[in-house]
Amino acid sequence: MSAITDFGAASADGAPAAAGPPPTAARTRRGRGRRVRLPKSPKIIFGLVTLGVFLVVAVIGPWIAPYSPGASVSTTNGVPQPPSAAHWLGTTQLQQDVFSQLLVGGRSMLVVAFLSGAIATVLSVVVGVTAGYLTGLADDLLSMLANFFLVLPALPLLIVIFGFLPASGGSNDLLIGVIIAITGWAFGARVLRAQTLSLRSRDYVDSARLVGEPTWRIIGFEILPNLMPIVASSFLFTVLYAVGTYTAMAFLGLINPEHWSWGTMLFWAQSANAEISGWWWWYLPPGLAVAFLGTSLALLNFGIDEFINPRLRAGGLTRKRVKRYAAGPVPRRFQLGMTPVVRLRDGGQP
Amino acid sequence: MRILGRRIVFYLITALAAITVDFFIPRMMPGNPVEAILAHLQGQISASTVKSLAVQFGVQTKEGLLGQYLNYLNNILHGNFGISTSYYPSSVSSVIKGALPWTLGLVGVATIISFVLGTVVGVLVAWRRGSWLDNLLPAMTFFQAAPYFFIAFLALELFAARLGWFPTGRAYNQLDFPALTFPFAGDVLSHAALPALTIVVCSAAGWIVGMRNVMVTTMDEDYVLVAQAKGLGKRRVVWYAARNAVLPSVAGFSLAIGFIVSGALLTEIVFSYPGVGWILLQAVNNRDYPLLQGIFLIITFAVLAANLAADFVYVMLDPRTRQEA
Repeated sequence: MSAITDFGAASADGAPAAAGPPPTAARTRRGRGRRVRLPKSPKIIFGLVTLGVFLVVAVIGPWIAPYSPGASVSTTNGVPQPPSAAHWLGTTQLQQDVFSQLLVGGRSMLVVAFLSGAIATVLSVVVGVTAGYLTGLADDLLSMLANFFLVLPALPLLIVIFGFLPASGGSNDLLIGVIIAITGWAFGARVLRAQTLSLRSRDYVDSARLVGEPTWRIIGFEILPNLMPIVASSFLFTVLYAVGTYTAMAFLGLINPEHWSWGTMLFWAQSANAEISGWWWWYLPPGLAVAFLGTSLALLNFGIDEFINPRLRAGGLTRKRVKRYAAGPVPRRFQLGMTPVVRLRDGGQP
Repeated sequence: MRILGRRIVFYLITALAAITVDFFIPRMMPGNPVEAILAHLQGQISASTVKSLAVQFGVQTKEGLLGQYLNYLNNILHGNFGISTSYYPSSVSSVIKGALPWTLGLVGVATIISFVLGTVVGVLVAWRRGSWLDNLLPAMTFFQAAPYFFIAFLALELFAARLGWFPTGRAYNQLDFPALTFPFAGDVLSHAALPALTIVVCSAAGWIVGMRNVMVTTMDEDYVLVAQAKGLGKRRVVWYAARNAVLPSVAGFSLAIGFIVSGALLTEIVFSYPGVGWILLQAVNNRDYPLLQGIFLIITFAVLAANLAADFVYVMLDPRTRQEA
C-alpha cells in the first residue's frame, strides 16, 4: 500500500517539475526508493529470478553446451534415448543431445523476444502518446491504425508473411523480431493513448503549456515519465507475446528448422510424433522452458499491475486477519474504504 | 444504435484493409517466391491454372497494379480465392468450406465454454479473496503463458497415449463413414473432447484473471455497499456486482478472440484435427500460397464477425451505450 502512495506522490512530482529542471525530479523519485520497494512482492521476486536465470542461459548457453545441437552424438539407432548420465535430457531421433539444443536454443528466443518487445514498445509509445496528446483527426487516424492491428488475427497474418519470406529470412533473428513487433504494438498503443488522454488535462500539464514549453518537451518530460509503469507493463506484455509467437512460428516450420530455438525443438518433436510415442524428454524441456519464461514475464507484469492498482493484490482479508478483526467493525469480505488510493489532484503532499 | 453503425463501418474498413494487406504481401517480398513456385508447378497442374495463378499474384502479367488490385477485390467479393495448388484441382474456397465446420464447431463451443466457465470462476475467486482460491492465480498464469500446443502435447501424452481415454487425433475414426447416426456423433464427440479441453484450459485462464481483477474493483463500489447494507443476500449482492464487472470482459472479447483462434489453430495441428488449422499447416508445408492467403482472409472475416457479435451483446447488456446514440 505504501507503494501506491509513493507512486501517487511520484506522479504528483510532475507538477514541480514544470518549474524546476526535470532531471532532478526524476532523481528524487528514484532516490525515494521506488526500486527498493518493488521486489517486496513474491511475484516480482519469482519473476525476476526466473527471468535472470533465462538471461544467463541465453548468454552463456551456447558456450557451455556439451555438444553441437545439430550433431548426431551416436549412431546406435533411430529411437530417441531417454535421459542418462551422458545425455542429461536424452537424445532426439537423430541422436542429437536435447540438453545442448535447450542451452543453445535459448539465445535466439530471448534475442527475438526482447528485440521485438523493444521495437513494439517504441512504436506504441510514439503512436499512443501522440494520438492521446494531439487528439482530433491525428488521434482518429492513429487509433484506427491501432484498432486495425488489434482485431487482425496476428498468427494467420504472420504465417502469410513468413510463408512468403525467402528461406534465408527464416533464420535472421533481427528480421523475425521486427516482423513480430509489427503485429504486437497495438495493444500498448491503445493503453498508452487512454492514459495520455487523462494526463493531458492535468493541472501540471496545463501549467507547462501556459509557461510556453514546446510540445515535444511536454510530452517528453511531463507526460512520458508518468507513463513509465504502463510502458514497462506493455513492454513485458509484448515480450511475452513475442515468446509465444516466435515459438508458434518455429513450431509450424516457418523458421528455418536448423536455426535452433525452443520452437524448432518442438517442431522436430512434433514431426517425429514424440508426444504419442512417449518420448517426453524431447518436447517437455523446451515446452517447459517457454512456459516458465512466459510465466516469469507474466508475473512481473502482474507485479506492475498491482503496483499501479493495489486493489488487485491477492490476499485481501485473510482468514487469520478476519478472525482478528471479528469483534471490530471491519467488514468481513468487502474491504470498503480500506484501499488508500492517492489521486493526483489531492495527493499532492510529498 | 449509432455506435453499432460506426463499429460496422470500422469492421468493413478493416476487412478491406486486410484484403489489401493480403494483396500486397506477395508483391512486396524479395526474390519473388511465387514465380519460383509456379516454375516448380509447371507440368503438375494445367497451363491455364498456372496462368490464372500468375495473374492472381501479379507475376508475368502486364496489367497495372491498380487493375490487378481491382481484379483481386472483385474475385474475393465473389468468394473466388483461386485454385489450391496442394489440393489441385480443388478451389481454395471448397477446401476451406470442407474444413470450416470442424473448426467452427470445435473453437466455437470451446470458446463459449471457456468464457462462461472463466467468468464464473473469476467471480468466485474475487468474491472469496483471501481463501485458498487465490492459489489458482499462479497456476492460471502458467496456463496463460504456456503455448497452447505445449499443453496439447501434454494432454496427448497423458490422456491419449498413456491412459488411452481419448483417441490420439483426427476428428473421427478413419474406418467410420460420416453419417447422421448416434455412434458417429459419439465418435466425433470423443475425438473433439481432448482438443476442446486443451483450448478451454488455456483460454479460461485469461477470462478468470480478467474477471477477477474487475470484480475486485467493482466490489469496492458504493452500490455494492448499499446492497449489502440493505441486507440483501450474499448471492444477490455478488450477482449485482458481477453483472457490472462482466462488461469489460465482453468489451475485451475483441482482444482475446485473436489469441484464442491462433491458439486453437495450433491445437488442431497437434491433434491432426481436420479444421482450418490443419489445412493451414498443409498450405505452409506445400507452399500453397493461394490457400494460405484464403485462410488468412477467412479467419480475419470470422474474427471480425465474432467481434461484431460481441459488440451487439455489449450494447444489449449496457444501457449506457444505447442512451448515447
